[in-house]
Amino acid sequence: MKRITCESCGHVNPEGTVLCEACGKPIEKNQHIDGNKPGKLLNMRYEGSARRSQTYNKSVIDKIWNFFSSVKVGVTLIVITLIASAVGTIFPQEMYIPPNVDPAQHYADQYGILGKIYYQLGLHNLYSSWWYMILIAMIGTSIIIASIDRYVPLRRALKMQKPKRHKAFLQKQRLFSESENISAEDVEHVKNRLKKQRYKITEQDGHILAEKGRFSRWGPYVNHIGLIVFLLGALMRFIPFMYIDDYVWVREGETAVVPDTDQQYYVKNKDFIMETYDENDERYQEAIQKQGGAVPSNYQTDAVIYKASGEAVTGEDPELEKVKEGSIQVNRPLKFDGYALYQSSYQLDEFESMTFKIHETDDESEEALASFTVNLMDPEYEYELDNGFRVVIDQYFPEYYMDDGTPASQSKYPRNPAFVFFVYPPGEETPEVSFAGIGRNVDASGENDYKVGLQNFEVRDVTGLTLKRDYTLPIIALGGLIFMIGVIQGMYWQHRRVWIHPSDSGVMLAAHTNKNWYGIKREIEKAIDGTGVNMVEDQQEIKQ
Amino acid sequence: MLSKVEEAKKQKQRKKNLRLLFRSSILLVLLAAVVFALVSNFTKDKTVIGVGTEAPNFKLERLNGEGGEVSLDDLKGKGVMLNFWATYCGPCKEEMPYMESLYPEYKEKGVEILAVSMDSNDLVVNRFVDKYELSFPIVRDNGGQVLELYDVGELPSTLFINADGEVVEKVSGELTLDRLEGYLKKIEPQ
Amino acid sequence: MGDLTQVSSTLLYIAFVLYLVATFVFGGTIRDKRTDKGNGTLGKVAITITIIGFLTQVGYFITRWIASQHAPVSNLFEFTTFFGMMLVFAFIIIYFIYRLNLLGLFTLPVALLIIAYASMFPREISPLIPSLKSHWLYIHVTTAATGEAILAVSFAAGLIYLIRQVDQTQRSKRTTWLEVVMYAVFSTLGFVIISSLFSAFDYSAEFQFPVEGEEMTVEYQLPAITGPNDGELLSEGVMQPWFEAPGWMHGENAARKFNTLIWSVLTGAVLYLLARLILRKRIAAAIQPLLKRANPDLVDEISYRAVAIGFPVFTLGALIFAMIWAQQAWDRFWGWDPKEVWALITWFFYAAFLHLRLSRGWHGEKSAWLAVGGFAIIMFNLVAVNLIIAGLHSYA
Repeated sequence: MKRITCESCGHVNPEGTVLCEACGKPIEKNQHIDGNKPGKLLNMRYEGSARRSQTYNKSVIDKIWNFFSSVKVGVTLIVITLIASAVGTIFPQEMYIPPNVDPAQHYADQYGILGKIYYQLGLHNLYSSWWYMILIAMIGTSIIIASIDRYVPLRRALKMQKPKRHKAFLQKQRLFSESENISAEDVEHVKNRLKKQRYKITEQDGHILAEKGRFSRWGPYVNHIGLIVFLLGALMRFIPFMYIDDYVWVREGETAVVPDTDQQYYVKNKDFIMETYDENDERYQEAIQKQGGAVPSNYQTDAVIYKASGEAVTGEDPELEKVKEGSIQVNRPLKFDGYALYQSSYQLDEFESMTFKIHETDDESEEALASFTVNLMDPEYEYELDNGFRVVIDQYFPEYYMDDGTPASQSKYPRNPAFVFFVYPPGEETPEVSFAGIGRNVDASGENDYKVGLQNFEVRDVTGLTLKRDYTLPIIALGGLIFMIGVIQGMYWQHRRVWIHPSDSGVMLAAHTNKNWYGIKREIEKAIDGTGVNMVEDQQEIKQ
Repeated sequence: MLSKVEEAKKQKQRKKNLRLLFRSSILLVLLAAVVFALVSNFTKDKTVIGVGTEAPNFKLERLNGEGGEVSLDDLKGKGVMLNFWATYCGPCKEEMPYMESLYPEYKEKGVEILAVSMDSNDLVVNRFVDKYELSFPIVRDNGGQVLELYDVGELPSTLFINADGEVVEKVSGELTLDRLEGYLKKIEPQ
Repeated sequence: MGDLTQVSSTLLYIAFVLYLVATFVFGGTIRDKRTDKGNGTLGKVAITITIIGFLTQVGYFITRWIASQHAPVSNLFEFTTFFGMMLVFAFIIIYFIYRLNLLGLFTLPVALLIIAYASMFPREISPLIPSLKSHWLYIHVTTAATGEAILAVSFAAGLIYLIRQVDQTQRSKRTTWLEVVMYAVFSTLGFVIISSLFSAFDYSAEFQFPVEGEEMTVEYQLPAITGPNDGELLSEGVMQPWFEAPGWMHGENAARKFNTLIWSVLTGAVLYLLARLILRKRIAAAIQPLLKRANPDLVDEISYRAVAIGFPVFTLGALIFAMIWAQQAWDRFWGWDPKEVWALITWFFYAAFLHLRLSRGWHGEKSAWLAVGGFAIIMFNLVAVNLIIAGLHSYA
């Protein structure tokens, strides 16, 4: 490596150094790197240290490295991602359109030709598209490489800095003053005042460096580490063990296996509760009326979690051991053994059982001769009734509909139950055929002496629970925490330095801060108060 | 003097190599992470049980014929056609008669057909079995555990398992008679 | 309980008037030579009135909290009002760091417009739906609003910088864009004026129109320039719509919101043109002489400092706290909901701002334009995302 020896102080600097690490003297042939021009103030970015990416550019690896090391590239990537993200909000993403619709159709119907184009470009799934992921990955790469490239030389430069600085370095600082006839007491006075303001003082041959808040320079690197940890956590969600996301519907009174838990856990829905605000509550009356309907106040599942004990083959009823009992509410998930169940959906009033009665067809008062109750999840084949009646269930359609003229069921859930009953009147061997359901009561032959009518029914609610197990959360939270520490460290503290340089009969005073120039000026004002040292002038203001 | 220059040159080369190694390894790690993310993202919907994997065991109550319990392990040594169906599923009704028509022949050849119903109660299944006169074993997966185990999303779905208990074919949707026979031939024990 | 609600509204009204008075007093400091550094009496009077106004608004906030029994940040009116309050708060903090009277003259009108804008939305106390019932409601919303408010101060400072520095002697891209910003301010004012005017007359026009096969009705509080697609006017004696909103505008209120937007844009245009006619020059050019004594370096630093202070607060409130709450309420910390995405966009934007400033030396005018752009994104997220792109956050 070609080293550069400072003509002024003899310090050996790495190749590409802009300002001597020790004394700050501009290294003549490298001033173009930071765009420093004669007559202008010094660019103090990274202390004029040698950023490695700007010194080697040979192999392909070096070229890729240098590409990601550039802040210009980093900012460009951020801007592209920003615009892409905005595009994704023009129309709803696929996850927010109603389920059970054909997306191609939906986007064309709802948003016309623009929607169609949007769909065809794949923008309806923008955030999980390969190119969006690559954008984020490139930002991550840029963060890592740019940080490595800057952190190492910056740290070196700050370690190497000497209180004794070259004149040119001081003169070209933004805050600078020169004072004649300054006594040693005055300098001592300024030094002590700076010390009082919590500056750390180092001295060398009468040259003074007062410095504070250097740690704030590491803020950016700390917050970038936080972002990397965050992205790492997000990456780990692709590992199936780390991240589980599933869904289960449970009917009141039923126990269902919790999916994705190797049939280990079961959840029982003891009760599903939906509450609404009292419409007569004076406080909310107006808003509820305006809303034009009840406003829900609570969704809750009272649940019991069981764990299967013993070795049961899938399909066999396992021995269940209670693990936890509690309520699942929105904002209050139920947690057990690393898993969490969230209240996320519900269905009210699914039929649970129906009670039918048998009466004479021509009896206008429909007086019940016999009645029977059918458990809709587990109907009996045959019902022996009072007065010698016998009923056989010939067909059961839990969710009845007509499929091309034949009755059929849409699902296994009793949402619209209907039956074909064989009714055997007392002593008879040939049955009468009746069709009965919700609001339906059909006599197939038209010659039945007895009719089956719905007498009563019971309903129950179904709760929809989301199951999550996310071991990446601690990592992601840690990333967020580190980011916050770094960003506060970098933003709420500033790295301030004041140099005092004895000249022939007086002193030169120069100061630099990475932000908040107003603040450092006030501190210098306080420090020089009552001495002959001139207040620093803001050379940037003068130049305007 | 010459050796000193040599030395310096060597040192420079060593540093250069070190730098290349450092940069290459960081870029490589990052690239690996990106590839991992992309690949995982596009394979996340793929099922766990697929062609080439071993069919996991389960045990369910048989509804028709002689009754009793049926477990997949008991059928080791035979080819097994595992059909997931329900009475409310239209295409399932279409393929049941095909299965019934081929069953006697292939039972002789050592292939068992096992139909796992997703219905909520025995009554509808039994009425269905009676109506279509199905003779192959019918079981009902009450809590959907077997469905969960096999990660089946669509009805009907059929897995063809060879005598070694390995899944040879997985079919979502309805089967024609020809295709059905073709698959059954594949799982005939040698 | 009703009384407390009444007290609360009155306090908000008083706060509004106090901010208005303070604005004028801050305006008076421009001519006052001695107030250059905030040492003058007039400046002290102005900041005192501002602080009293702020405390009054805090009074509004507390009484409303007691009356509604939940933090009043749960709907668009409450959130936007709170945002205005935090803007004043952020101004007070920055004022005591830099003592720049001019900043009050620019920040307080923004706060006034925001509060006026807020009060155009339904103001009744609404009950909380289950997903909002969480402590994170006020932790997340208040922190996010505070962060955005501090960032908004950066906009006010950036605007001062631009009006002061942009060369007005000849027309350029920069003067045009600056006028666009001025016009946007006038449009907001237009919205407030036109909405108050017609609500004073209890204007109402009802439409019936089909949405996905169902007949819906919608009530316009402004005369319908545009009516709902395939809509039918039910009210009598009111203006017939000039044209129908395009069919792709969905949602029961889309056409009404579109109509309001047209009204704001038109009223804004009228106000803007009137102002141009009276001043006989560009608005920014008319203001420029008043800012001659402002130190552009100081204004630039304030603008940057506000971003430096606001960015961490914004990140904490709008992203981190938001994620914690989303994890609890919706079982995922991030769901690409439009409001979330726009918070991320805001964050990206200010991250780019900081990188450009720190590493690429974008100071002064470039930095001021970015501050204006950032505020535009924040406002877009507050206004447009709620009204146009509805997602989970459309409660607000």
